[in-house]
Amino acid sequence: MSVLTSAEAVAAPPAVLRGRPGWASRLARTTNGRIGLVVLCLLAVASVVAATGVLPHSPAAQHPDQALQPPSGIYWLGTDQYGRDLFARVLAGLQLSLQISVVAVLISTLAGGLAGICAGFVRGWLEAVVLRCTDILFAVPSVLFALAIVTALGHGWLNSAIAVGIVYVPIFVRVVRGPVLALREADFILAGRGLGFSTWRLLGGHVLPNVAGVVIVQVTLALAWAFLTEASLSFLGLGPPAPSASLGKMVGDATSLAAGAWWTLAGPAVTIVLAVIGLNLLGDALRDAFDPSSGT
Amino acid sequence: MHTIGRALRHPLALRLATSVVTLLGVALVIFVVLHVLPGNQVTASLGVSAGLLTPEQRAALDRYYGIGEPLPQQFASWLGSLLTGNLGVSVIGRQPVAALVATALPVTLELAVVAIVLGLLWGIGLGVLSASRPRGLRDGIGQAVAVAGLGVPSFVIGTGLVSFLASAFGYFPNSEGYVSPLVDPLLNLQQILLPALALSLGIGAAVMRTTRSSLLEVVGQHFVRTARGKGLAESTVLWRHVFRNALLPILTMSGIQFGYLLGGTVIIEQIFVLPGLGRLLLEGIGNRDYALVQSITMLFAAGFVLVNLLVDVLYTYADPRVRLQ
Repeated sequence: MSVLTSAEAVAAPPAVLRGRPGWASRLARTTNGRIGLVVLCLLAVASVVAATGVLPHSPAAQHPDQALQPPSGIYWLGTDQYGRDLFARVLAGLQLSLQISVVAVLISTLAGGLAGICAGFVRGWLEAVVLRCTDILFAVPSVLFALAIVTALGHGWLNSAIAVGIVYVPIFVRVVRGPVLALREADFILAGRGLGFSTWRLLGGHVLPNVAGVVIVQVTLALAWAFLTEASLSFLGLGPPAPSASLGKMVGDATSLAAGAWWTLAGPAVTIVLAVIGLNLLGDALRDAFDPSSGT
Repeated sequence: MHTIGRALRHPLALRLATSVVTLLGVALVIFVVLHVLPGNQVTASLGVSAGLLTPEQRAALDRYYGIGEPLPQQFASWLGSLLTGNLGVSVIGRQPVAALVATALPVTLELAVVAIVLGLLWGIGLGVLSASRPRGLRDGIGQAVAVAGLGVPSFVIGTGLVSFLASAFGYFPNSEGYVSPLVDPLLNLQQILLPALALSLGIGAAVMRTTRSSLLEVVGQHFVRTARGKGLAESTVLWRHVFRNALLPILTMSGIQFGYLLGGTVIIEQIFVLPGLGRLLLEGIGNRDYALVQSITMLFAAGFVLVNLLVDVLYTYADPRVRLQ
């Protein structure tokens, strides 16, 4: 270890008392966690590259004389039937899909988390109503529900995000409510009540930090599902409208092309699979890091 | 009267009642979502020429589709006719929705059943294999397959399968149109097997992981040690003690995955050109066909609620300690 300042030397407890390593270091030690983190970094870098537009080809520029070119030094992932560079389109599609997934998960985390905390902490009729609504939303298959909402709202990236976000609200309600129910009866909450803390102070200062772990795990997993659902919507032609590149739509377009031009399918398909597997692995690793007793 | 009262207090009746309430809620949600839609059946079926209608013709058409009335009344009349089996008239060739659904339902049902059977088979099998040597090579392979199963969307694997088989072997049994198993069982099997396999990927992966973790948890418990200690055959210990106790989470997971499967049929039927409910639903969405979309979504939700009710009932058989609430 490096030299400690006097303050650190005083503050740092002896190694025996420091206990087990924190969740972050436990995460970085597992293979799943490492793969997940690497994939997440790759996705982030790719999106930033797509957003800055430093690529040699524009995702929308058509070159009919260059249609359906196999991967080469000029076109890394080949070109599609309009001669558009697939590498640029995959990156642009990835950026759009991530944007939609993040906004969608933000919606479900805020709405579902809030409803779950209220239901678990306040209980009574509020809990009954929230749980009944959750059951109802759960009963409609997620892709179907997202389809219906997108049809109602119209196409567009924000509408896709809202649709996917609403679909995953019930999961957050259930996941958050469980631990909150247990926390409600915990000694430190009872002590807080005894000291006359307001409900908001109890929720914000004591309950929320204790469910943060569960929420972080769920957010990561939900990002994977949202990514998948968004891709499914685009695949069915109900994603963001035409000029914008979208991974699901590219797979859909490749249906009729892939028999003669495999690269039209390979690029977008591999990207989707990589993103979903990476997020899933990260979620699994996070779950293990927060709760060492669970899973593997 | 007394017996009716007692029957209503039966846990199953109570559970049935909550299912009905849930379905009513689903009906309301679907209705509300679809009626935010701009445009209606009249503009959808006539297109731009709807603008040429006289007000009287327009009113007559609105009456025909029942869309002139206030929304609560529309909802009530839709619910009423739903219960009597009258699902309305589709804009597709003015056919009754019930007839369209009746021809499409068996296709989706066949696909869903084959897919869930395939998924359970390979999911449980792989889960048992993985759990038999935790952290060994087998386990590693099993877990890798599960991660891939969860990460590869069914539409990607479906599209890949179709293009690969078509380009490499010129094989696409679905190109000649769907054939009923009663007409040509062999061709029907070829048409259903590939889409069902693509659908089973996600279910199997989820089932595999649940099976594995559930088995590993049960194996470590005292009653298993006791069973071995009293000299029971290993196969008896595994099947009667370990597997039966590990079955509950697998059942629950299968119920939940069924919903995912229903959603997946919409996509898979599109890729494999199967004339099922999912394809009909997409057609309905394209045509702004309220009656069709409402009915099919309701049917999917009802299927999901029913399967989960069944799972709950099976639960009480698998574990006598569990009671319906």
